[in-house]
Amino acid sequence: MFDAHQIILHGLTYDEFDLALEIIGRQPNMVELGIFSVMWSEHCSYKSSRTHLKNFPTTGPQVIHGPGENAGVVDIGDGLAVVFKMESHNHPSYIEPYQGAATGVGGILRDVFTMGARPYALLDSLRFGDPSHPKTKYLLDGVVAGIAGYGNCMGVPTIGGELSFHPSYNGNCLVNAFNLGIVNKDRIFLGTASGVGNPVMYVGSKTGRDGIHGATMASAEFGDGGEERRPTVQVGDPFTEKQLLEALLELFKTDYVVGIQDMGAAGLTSSSFEMAGRAGTGVELDIEKVPRREEGMNPYEVMLSESQERMLLVCHKGVEDKIKAIFEKWGLSAEVVGRVTGDGMVRIMEKGQMAAELPAAPLSQKAPMYSRPASPPDDLAVRHKLDHDSLPQPKDYTETLSRLLASPNLCSREWVYNQYDHMVRTNTIEKPGSDAAVIRVKGTSKAVAMSLDCNSRYCYLDPYMGGAQAVAEATRNVACSGAKPLAITDCLNFGSPEKPEVMWQFIQAIKGMSDACIALGTPVVSGNVSFYNQTGETAINPTPSIGAMGLLEDHEKLVSQYFSEEGDVIIVLGETFAEIGGSEYLSVIHGQERGAPPKVDLTKEAALQKTLVELADKRLVKSMHDVSDGGLGVALMECCFKPGTSAPLGFEVSLATKLRPDIFFFSESQSRAVISCNPAKAKDILALAKKNGVPALNAGKTSSGDVEIMVGGRVLVKTSSATLKKAWSEALPKMMNS
Amino acid sequence: MKAKVTVTLKSGVLDPQGRAIEGALKSLGWKGVKGVRVGKSIELEVDEKDPQSAKAVVEKMCEKLLANPVTEKYQIEIITDR
Amino acid sequence: MKTAVLVFPGSNCDHDCYHAVRHVLGREAKFVWHQETSLDGFDLVIVPGGFSYGDYLRPGAIAKFSPVMGALAKFTAKGGLALGICNGFQILTEAGLLPGALMLNSGMKFICKDTYLRVETSDSFVTGRMEKGKVISVPIAHMEGCYIADDDTLKRLEDDDRILLRYCGPDGQTGDESNPNGSYGSIAGVLSEKRNVAGMMPHPERVVEASLGGVDGLLVFESILNSLSAA
Repeated sequence: MFDAHQIILHGLTYDEFDLALEIIGRQPNMVELGIFSVMWSEHCSYKSSRTHLKNFPTTGPQVIHGPGENAGVVDIGDGLAVVFKMESHNHPSYIEPYQGAATGVGGILRDVFTMGARPYALLDSLRFGDPSHPKTKYLLDGVVAGIAGYGNCMGVPTIGGELSFHPSYNGNCLVNAFNLGIVNKDRIFLGTASGVGNPVMYVGSKTGRDGIHGATMASAEFGDGGEERRPTVQVGDPFTEKQLLEALLELFKTDYVVGIQDMGAAGLTSSSFEMAGRAGTGVELDIEKVPRREEGMNPYEVMLSESQERMLLVCHKGVEDKIKAIFEKWGLSAEVVGRVTGDGMVRIMEKGQMAAELPAAPLSQKAPMYSRPASPPDDLAVRHKLDHDSLPQPKDYTETLSRLLASPNLCSREWVYNQYDHMVRTNTIEKPGSDAAVIRVKGTSKAVAMSLDCNSRYCYLDPYMGGAQAVAEATRNVACSGAKPLAITDCLNFGSPEKPEVMWQFIQAIKGMSDACIALGTPVVSGNVSFYNQTGETAINPTPSIGAMGLLEDHEKLVSQYFSEEGDVIIVLGETFAEIGGSEYLSVIHGQERGAPPKVDLTKEAALQKTLVELADKRLVKSMHDVSDGGLGVALMECCFKPGTSAPLGFEVSLATKLRPDIFFFSESQSRAVISCNPAKAKDILALAKKNGVPALNAGKTSSGDVEIMVGGRVLVKTSSATLKKAWSEALPKMMNS
Repeated sequence: MKAKVTVTLKSGVLDPQGRAIEGALKSLGWKGVKGVRVGKSIELEVDEKDPQSAKAVVEKMCEKLLANPVTEKYQIEIITDR
Repeated sequence: MKTAVLVFPGSNCDHDCYHAVRHVLGREAKFVWHQETSLDGFDLVIVPGGFSYGDYLRPGAIAKFSPVMGALAKFTAKGGLALGICNGFQILTEAGLLPGALMLNSGMKFICKDTYLRVETSDSFVTGRMEKGKVISVPIAHMEGCYIADDDTLKRLEDDDRILLRYCGPDGQTGDESNPNGSYGSIAGVLSEKRNVAGMMPHPERVVEASLGGVDGLLVFESILNSLSAA
């Protein structure tokens, strides 16, 4: 019998414990209680989110595998598919930034290569507290080093992502890692334990006491003692994972494997229960045979360990030694630890004694499911109030633009991505810094574009619009490279689902995302939910990070965001409205975070994206860049800041408007882009935009380095591109070295 | 027999980590700190009976693998069980 | 020309070197696993970049004991050409096939970016097609690329014209601002005494196709081809 204390220590509610009793018809033992605890943690069971996640559009002709597998799989033609997913490692990264981020990268890589794909690109969405908060620099420095330490050693390039700062992350940073791999469509491996009598093998690193109850930790709010929890943090070993990757890719060329799954959160427990659950089989594990790194580990510890770089696989009978030989070549051990059974039970045997016996499917698939109460915050109307007249207009627009470009959320990210090997495997044809990162697919003419986006300030003000905007921006960024957006993955970072306001944010964001995904033709193929991102009563801004991928059939048609030549025509696509609610301008210059965020008109957005893809396909443009955070002025400058150029290009543009100049200039209206082209192509571009119903304006031309921006007949900004580039480039290193 | 090997950079070889730590210590108020050098410590056991032969074996390990003679020097401590 | 690309546990630029030789230059190339004991029949051996043995202990410290390194010592003793890139350079210095050592970058962070390199000698199999003083752009990607050697060694390298490349600015000037990792004398690559073993931290295999953003790496590979066909 367990007392209340033990049940609560295991993160179960009394109702959940009663449900456990009902399922097994008796009292569980300690090992079994531990298994229930991790399998039914929020992290593994999605118990508060499943009922809402069902509403995502997840199908389409391009989708081979949607949510439910280790990662989503999308057809890219020529017999190839991309495998991709994004996952959070927020709490571990807050406790120990280097190892937390490193093991986050390790985990997402395994999710992709466990399906048979070689990982080709990593991206990361990172969010930290206020730059002046005492922990921010320490966390950022450690997280970036951890991502670099793991990804670089694995030889998988980290080619992009996003970084932003906001006080709501002071006590709870976000580290979301995205990985994309490529696989032959007919060589995809799934996590199923089918074939009664088939051997179950354990491959990879040995098991230690790392991260026991990491999965339950990730589902608990940070209290005042968060910093004290260090012992449960896992340590990554990228070298072993690299060996594991190469060994598995060699193994996948054979027909030995029936099913395979990563031992991620909840380790051996979740992999065995989920593999059996999916196949409708059972598994018997001889826990004595699990390779161990530490002495005296009991079955509870072995089943719940979160040691990294391990996998569980089911193979055909008779090939065990051949599999062992492959792993031996790569310096790894592979052990037969059990077999597939037909009765749907997972049995854990120790020295011939039953250490645990639980039904696989009910634990993995019939976890409690909650439809938690949701209600909008009381002060929503107050949040949306914004009085433009109370905002003084800038006296010096050049100075204001310079301040924005040097602000933490908009300045150059070079300090970050120069620590990542973003070129290894020589596929990176659009390097970090551009709207989308792009890799070519060797052996074909194709390229794959990726972008991660979310504006959590928008989501705080209006989670529906914020969710839709995140999908719109991520896919728009992909389209700006010329690639056609095909699908998205997500990482939904929210506060405690037990708080009605958070649940409301979650439901609204999902609605917004779903509507955008349908309108833009990009289903959700994989994803991850991270709840309990809060410190005490304060939740983070709702942050549904979106990872979009798109396909460029001919990689020579790739378009970058940077102006390339003096004298090219600059065209602005889309329309600018008086939308500074939730903008960088309002936050950085006026110190306010309020108003309604910019509206996403999904019909307009779809028309714009279609236009961008067509412009690239017809080779009409030389650059395309999405207008987002900071507005038109910031977007125009970003087109000039090509990495590695010491003398950046400039431009002269003249823009007509009836709006107040600052509201026009810093508006973050959606569905806009800045493009440049050879003057001879301008006419064709305007005609194509018109045909698609996208407003387009010939705004000016590129220059050798001077910047002149005229709005409503008045010169607002007059300076040199180099001056602004200096402010933009130096801001982050200055912040980190101060 | 247990041995502890301490590998440090030869004097004169620039140690960016040591320099950074020294700067951090100074900024934390220990103004007089100087000469910070970072090294690594390797613990191992060898199958030898007496300290002299253990030291000789570990010395060979240092020469061959544990230290890079171009940049590093080493110290060996043999821990005798009492 | 038949090229061996060595593969150690943890090598990760092996595919890139293979791709450059096999698919860009259209020459014969073969991966050679670190357990192999012979390099007979090859004209060139590339020791590629990556993290052999996870860079544990020191980069290259464990890889130097792989069986293939014995074969490489024999191969180069007979005058065979070997080029170590990045981790390959680190392995060759650890193995004593090249002088000096590569230490933690002065900034203590991994750096991946394009660098300018000044060609210091034309008298080598990797720079033969380039004039002394020419500036090329090739990326680096390393944590331990700070080249150091004792004064005598440095003097000998200078006297024997065995410094291959130095980090520099776009105008060819060397100095602290253009030295990414704190290397002594901004040295980015060196030659062995017999001039048949070369090591460099920058990655020429990453700039061999216009779509990758540069083609200066081709000059290195063309120099190698040229010196092999001249031999």
